[in-house]
Amino acid sequence: MSTGMRGGERLGWGILGLFGLMALIGPALLGDPSAFVDRPLLPPSAAHWLGTNGQGQDVWAQLVCGARATLSLGLGVGLGVVGLGAFLGGLSALRGGLLDQALSLLTNIALVLPGLPLMVVLAAYLPPGPFTIFAVLLATGWPWHARVIRAQALSLRDRDFVLAARGLGEPLWRIVLVEILPNMRGVLRSGVVGAALFAIGAEVGLEFLGLGDLGAVTWGTMLYWASNDSALLTGAWWTFGPVGLAIALVGFALTLLTTGQEGGGRASAAAPQPTPVEAADV
Amino acid sequence: MSGLLRRLGLYAIAAWAALTLDFLLPRLMPGDPAAALFARVQGRLAPEAMAALKATFGATDAPLWQQYIDHIGKLASGDLGTSLAFYPAPVSAVVGSGLGWTVFLAGGALIIAFALGSALGAWAAWRRGATERILAPALSLLGAFPYFWLAMAAAWGLGVELRWFPARHAVGADVDPADTLAWCLSVAQHAALPALTLVLSSLGGWLLTMRGAMGAVLGEDSVRYALARGLSPRRILLGHALRGALLPSLTAFGMAIGFVLGGALLTEVVFSYPGTGYLLLVAVRAQDFPLLNALFLVITLAVLGANALVDTVTTLLDPRTRRAAE
Repeated sequence: MSTGMRGGERLGWGILGLFGLMALIGPALLGDPSAFVDRPLLPPSAAHWLGTNGQGQDVWAQLVCGARATLSLGLGVGLGVVGLGAFLGGLSALRGGLLDQALSLLTNIALVLPGLPLMVVLAAYLPPGPFTIFAVLLATGWPWHARVIRAQALSLRDRDFVLAARGLGEPLWRIVLVEILPNMRGVLRSGVVGAALFAIGAEVGLEFLGLGDLGAVTWGTMLYWASNDSALLTGAWWTFGPVGLAIALVGFALTLLTTGQEGGGRASAAAPQPTPVEAADV
Repeated sequence: MSGLLRRLGLYAIAAWAALTLDFLLPRLMPGDPAAALFARVQGRLAPEAMAALKATFGATDAPLWQQYIDHIGKLASGDLGTSLAFYPAPVSAVVGSGLGWTVFLAGGALIIAFALGSALGAWAAWRRGATERILAPALSLLGAFPYFWLAMAAAWGLGVELRWFPARHAVGADVDPADTLAWCLSVAQHAALPALTLVLSSLGGWLLTMRGAMGAVLGEDSVRYALARGLSPRRILLGHALRGALLPSLTAFGMAIGFVLGGALLTEVVFSYPGTGYLLLVAVRAQDFPLLNALFLVITLAVLGANALVDTVTTLLDPRTRRAAE
């Protein structure tokens, strides 16, 4: 594992590991992040490492506990989006025919609709909460992965070993699980990393707009409250500065992972969704 | 040409899908958001406005297909209903004013970022080496910050602490619109910070697109031939390479128009800049569903239209895509 790893990729895993550790054990050490601990908008001090926010809550405790909510949602959406994309893309490629055409059309329509306004409208009609964010991200994130995985599955479909398995009369589900999926590991892995990057960015954005669960402590709601309690106008940089830095570090780490892969370049994740129109020729 | 026609067809179908989504969302979402809306505004609206609202959101006895036809007909005649957050202003007027500000702010930022980023990208492709090693990681780190966070940092640092530029709104409240010069000056000052953050956050993308395309073109035989003939680097870069390398950036420009209308959303929110993105937020907070639906529809149709236009132009410009499409 470590032999072929490049410096950038190692740095990426290092940063992610640090944040993962923080999300795993941090909340147990710091107590309730929503508790009122001191006067509002105190600057950083020995007692409160990152000061207090507009509601007298400890920003450091919020940052650590927010990491758990934000990162687990990012990972969950990453896996969910790629899973859905793999299911639809794979089905499309292997079944072919009318189903393939219908699914490809659906994918292409979903790709040309502007993402953020669509997410905002969907989230506005659903009751606010963590599930809403998850559902909205799942509903808007899958098309890109469905397209990539469909293309990959199409190229694998006619390879000798798959044809041999078909000739032997293997059932379709076995061919998918044993022959095709293991050969798409690279695509699936970079897909999950890219989707997690997309999910964290979009989650933070939607929650910043107040579309998440405002009672929960996440990095997005922290920014929402920072802007709502006019942290900008009172100069309380500590209520939004560290959060942005944390988000940027996680995003940077994920970008390092995608660019570290063979033939990766600035693939799927870093440059968001290249032109979808080429796939119109289905 | 058939490839282009097929793509234009896709945009048409996507536009229809957006129309239908707009119609179905208030009717099909769990929790019946429309009923909650009626209960909230009951007694606050004029009776005819209430009736129109109920018709728009499916609280009538008409069958679904009849409602659908009515819905499309109303949209076709430009009737988007009455805004609740800005009652009694019609939605079309509210959307129109927001669209003006957004096109001004984000369109201007897009053009600046495109020109500056492409120039830097062409330069970076020409001079590989040190810039390569520093530029790419620096840009991906900058790109990792949520761009509305960059906006918050700029609003705090340059707007509130240093007081270089105003940090909120599109024009000063005390400026008389009749005084054209003072008004324009105030608008430019208010646009400075949001435009700066939009340019900063999208510069990297343009740079990398141009650098990639330019790198490929510089490796082509025609450029080597020009070098061998002893033409100056300047002439090769501007006269030969740039023309070939501009096409990918042009395609990306079409995609970016989508970013202009949809993506400037969060920046507008940070700066309370009264464009479509800020209005979308107002509509969400006030549960102003007529305004929300209209904004979604207008943004989507504008993005699809822009993409269709750019696809047509690039197909006509580039013999390669023309041939590939045939």
